[in-house]
Amino acid sequence: MPDALHLWILTLAAFSLFGYRVARYIKTLAAARAENRWDHPGQRLKMVLVQVAGGRRLIEEPLIGVAHLVIFWAFVFFAASFFWDLVRGLFPFLPIPFADQVLWMRVALEVFGVLGLVALAVAAARRYLFPPARLEKSTDASIILGLIAIVLLSSLAFQWRGRRAMWWVHMVTVLGFLAYLPYSKHLHLLAAPFSVFFASLRRGSVPAVSPGASRREEFTWRQLFSGLACAECGRCDRSCPSFQGGFALSPKMLMHHLKELVRGTEDGTGGNFVGQVVKREEIWACTTCLACMERCPVMNEHVPVLIEMRRRLVGEGDMDKSLQEALKNLNRYGNSFGAPPRARAKWAQQLDFPIKDARKEPVQYLWFVGDYASYDPRVNAATCAAARVFHKAGLDFGILGDSEQNSGNDVRLAGEEGLYESLQEKNLKAFGRARFQEIITTDPHSFQVLTHEYPATNGARTVRHHTQLLSDLVLRSELPLRKKLRMRVTYHDPCYLGRYNAIFNAPRRVLAALGLDLVEMPRNRTYSYCCGAGGGRIWMEDPPIFNERPAVSRVNEAAALSGVHTLVVVCPKDLVMFQDATKTAGLENRLEVKELSELVEQAMG
Amino acid sequence: MHILVLLKMVPDVVEDLEIASDGKGLDLDYLRMILSESDDHALEQALLLKERHGGKVTVLALDAPEVDDALFTAAAKGADRVVKVVGMDAGFTTRQAAGFFSQVIADQAGLLPADLILTGVQAIDDLDGLVAPLVADEFRMPYLGIITGIMVDASGKTARAIKEFPSGVRGEFEVKLPAVLGVQAAEKPPRYVPVAKVRAAMKSGKIESAEVPTLVDGGWLAVNIMEMKRNEPASQAEMLEGPTEQVCNTLCGILAGRGLV
Amino acid sequence: MTGSICVLAEQWRGRISEVTYEALALGREVADRGGVQLTAILTGCNCREMTRMLGAADSVVYVDHALLAEMVPQTCADALVQVFAGARPRVLLVPLTNISLGIGTLVGIRMGVPVINFCKDVTISGDRLEAHCVMYGGKIEATVEAGAPSGPQPAVLGLWPGARTADKGRAERDVPVTDMPVVLDDARAIRLCRYIEPEAGDVDLTKEEALVAVGRGVQDRGNLPLVEELAKALGGAVCGSRPVIDQGWLPLSRQIGKSGLTVKPKLYVALGISGAPEHVEGMKDAGLIVAVNSDAHAPIFSVAHYGIVGDVLETLPALTAAIEARKAAAPHA
Repeated sequence: MPDALHLWILTLAAFSLFGYRVARYIKTLAAARAENRWDHPGQRLKMVLVQVAGGRRLIEEPLIGVAHLVIFWAFVFFAASFFWDLVRGLFPFLPIPFADQVLWMRVALEVFGVLGLVALAVAAARRYLFPPARLEKSTDASIILGLIAIVLLSSLAFQWRGRRAMWWVHMVTVLGFLAYLPYSKHLHLLAAPFSVFFASLRRGSVPAVSPGASRREEFTWRQLFSGLACAECGRCDRSCPSFQGGFALSPKMLMHHLKELVRGTEDGTGGNFVGQVVKREEIWACTTCLACMERCPVMNEHVPVLIEMRRRLVGEGDMDKSLQEALKNLNRYGNSFGAPPRARAKWAQQLDFPIKDARKEPVQYLWFVGDYASYDPRVNAATCAAARVFHKAGLDFGILGDSEQNSGNDVRLAGEEGLYESLQEKNLKAFGRARFQEIITTDPHSFQVLTHEYPATNGARTVRHHTQLLSDLVLRSELPLRKKLRMRVTYHDPCYLGRYNAIFNAPRRVLAALGLDLVEMPRNRTYSYCCGAGGGRIWMEDPPIFNERPAVSRVNEAAALSGVHTLVVVCPKDLVMFQDATKTAGLENRLEVKELSELVEQAMG
Repeated sequence: MHILVLLKMVPDVVEDLEIASDGKGLDLDYLRMILSESDDHALEQALLLKERHGGKVTVLALDAPEVDDALFTAAAKGADRVVKVVGMDAGFTTRQAAGFFSQVIADQAGLLPADLILTGVQAIDDLDGLVAPLVADEFRMPYLGIITGIMVDASGKTARAIKEFPSGVRGEFEVKLPAVLGVQAAEKPPRYVPVAKVRAAMKSGKIESAEVPTLVDGGWLAVNIMEMKRNEPASQAEMLEGPTEQVCNTLCGILAGRGLV
Repeated sequence: MTGSICVLAEQWRGRISEVTYEALALGREVADRGGVQLTAILTGCNCREMTRMLGAADSVVYVDHALLAEMVPQTCADALVQVFAGARPRVLLVPLTNISLGIGTLVGIRMGVPVINFCKDVTISGDRLEAHCVMYGGKIEATVEAGAPSGPQPAVLGLWPGARTADKGRAERDVPVTDMPVVLDDARAIRLCRYIEPEAGDVDLTKEEALVAVGRGVQDRGNLPLVEELAKALGGAVCGSRPVIDQGWLPLSRQIGKSGLTVKPKLYVALGISGAPEHVEGMKDAGLIVAVNSDAHAPIFSVAHYGIVGDVLETLPALTAAIEARKAAAPHA
């Protein structure tokens, strides 16, 4: 039968083109570094259901998100119908009807066909009439939109008019689409379910120890796969504090470069990938705030890719002088300030009660103070306030004195894995010498690394951020609060507490207990906007060209809230960054930056 | 080209220095030692020259606490051979230090011939002399200090050295090799070497030891520290104390009183 | 010259250095106390007229040689050793500057006499010579004795700038001059090819009346605008110590100290500068020195007239604000 023969030829051609390209991708990924992403398959399937079938992150941007979800579902039905018809067309002797001859399928196709066309119209209108800032109007996108439109229209036309020619238009278009797909950014529609399935189950986990990556085979297969899964939707750029501040980094472009790396188009296998294709200033601009990864609908992993590249640069000693100085200091003195270790607990001399030395006497809570809280004079008042709050709450707590070292969180994110290991070793040794039941820390960065990256040596060690501890005390009515602080405040979710660890309610509960009226900033909880200090950025110099420091954008956001004159933070670095930013923004007299402990102390009277 | 680099550990002044109970030296219990800053620059300059001209860098360091770290770091940075000079009593003077270096350079196989001997221009404890001119004198080599850049000529027989003078003026000197140069600052700040590389160098453990023979030292050359005390600078200046704002206002008043505001 | 106090007069590019006058001032005191002669030794080529500047000394030994035209420490040391052949001076004071560094050590080893560096002061009583030295970047003061088993022995003292005020050693007159011929090896192992002049800076710091200097204590380049503000409020300019320049935070033309500029403004505010002798050399003669440092033991407080122990970043804006407030309150002149 000539019809079937034509179809066979077309199908074989389309599938060969498709298969050739896909096989090459798979070969490239297979040559990359191994990384096991098969654990907890149930949990992974659930992620696929939520993110792909449900479009959880897509619909965070409602208009285009819902439109996309509709197109997605239309596509699912049309793809099903296509393969059904394809099989039926290739094997005419099969005793089954065509898809449109089955009532429920026909109804589904019609409903999704119409909805899909409406969604396409919305997408087209957004793309061509009201493009969001920095949306790239590529021909690739136009071709795909056109192809989808033809697929839907031809199918509907065939169903309504019963014209055989339309059936052919439909089949040929889909086959063409299939052949074109692996060459286009719309590969994401095949790759996304896999990228979600193989996503990291613990966001913010640091890539396994490696000497870093620059060449293609030095990245892990999942890191490379990010490039194929990326739809270039730009949600990462829109959430990225570095991109928004006009710094060199664009997480979307990073994914694009990875795709080119997999294809081998820009730079072969990546001899110049780090430095030339992805510039040094891009690699160092990342604050590791995780906003990009939190928003990415295909659950790509931008930050680990940057960390791999940082490791490579650090391995070559290729970095900013200030960062170099900080790392040298951390290596020698255990703090980035280059201050003597013996001065670490000097802040405590201002208190009118002694703080226990956990190395000398057993305590219930070991307070891991952290570098900034210990050494930076601007954080001094907050650190002392926390000590007095713990003291007044009757907690049995102590510190490690000069045995405490920087926790290494940001050292690791800056790519200095060896130094991280050495800091971790020293801290673990100090923990081993102390007697305590639980670690508390006022520093979210330390909290992150102590909780997730440090091995627990003395049994099941728990680590809590002080906001969690204070929140528990509030719940148990054990926080001796004397008065209500009647004022309106806003609260900044630190990256390592919020996005990294989903601790959103504990600090808010404490704020409520203090009688404070919390007004949320537009960007709160997982949308919180990084202060710009993380991932070692606080040790680096700003580049000569940028628009606005993230911290300045953030204090402006806080100051714009009516009746709010206090920005509450729970991270020592936030305190430093935002205090500084209020000066830059000229908000010194309008907005006060306070550490939560200072307010708690006030309420204790 | 063969470059010898001479390294010395000095007390780390980031830490508070305490005086020993006899009042004549630093309390060693409180002391941490660190590579003398200008020696670190000398090492960096040697490595830069090696990168530029090829050749070999041999590092010699006098035994002291934490000297192994400094040597492993040097190896990780690219030094080809690291030698620890051992066997002397602690508390040697700079003149003795130079003597130890000279002896080991002369006795130990493979250290000479060297085209360049680089060391820091001056250390914070160089009380009785400087290492570079002392070693230069021993080997009758040319010496120049306060060097901030070295270019070796194609012939390998001479080098051009940049020396700092006051007021930002620098002098370009032609120096016949072999020579001893006291480095003030390398052309680039000392490189960062990742901890992993230092650890790898430690695992391969390639520090050689060179025993020093007893120096014949004329006692009449000795300089003896009779008394040491911490500088109490606050006794010299009038210290303004109080809350920041108050202090600033007081100071502002003083400046205004002198017509400076 | 035997038994006398000798000072190496440091001349560079046609000028006697300030430290030479400081050394002469100190030498004068020591010589007078011990009732001995003060001899200045000037080495150079065709610069005999400069001996007039060394009037604080009782006499001058002038060494003229073509190879001494430019300062090469080894050549100069060779000359000095010949000058002292057969004579045993009590002490030779050699400035520890970028010009003369190394000469003291070389003369000491060749003459077989002790060398003491970092000297701020010296006292001689009988056979005993006691030097007061500043060690460890200014953190420690030491009293040092040059061991002498029998009879007075010569010693070479390396002198830190700032031992005495230069004006006390400045005297212009005709001094008895002894010409001392020397034979120098013309192997030319070291030869000056050229001087590299500093790039002209945007401001001439030596003409500013107020300078705000920053050191490591400012922590971050990002804090420099705060420093600029203070400098503006004081009507002065910003400068820095070597670490800040090496970090690239300020251009080389803003460096104060041994390798940089020597300045004498009416007001010098040192922020987060520890006060290593290399820096102090360039600013010790400022009219009024105010230092802010978080370390109460920072040596900068020994040259400062007023000191504040505290965080630079906290003090800086507060001081600017206080000055601005006072300026706003004062009626315009």
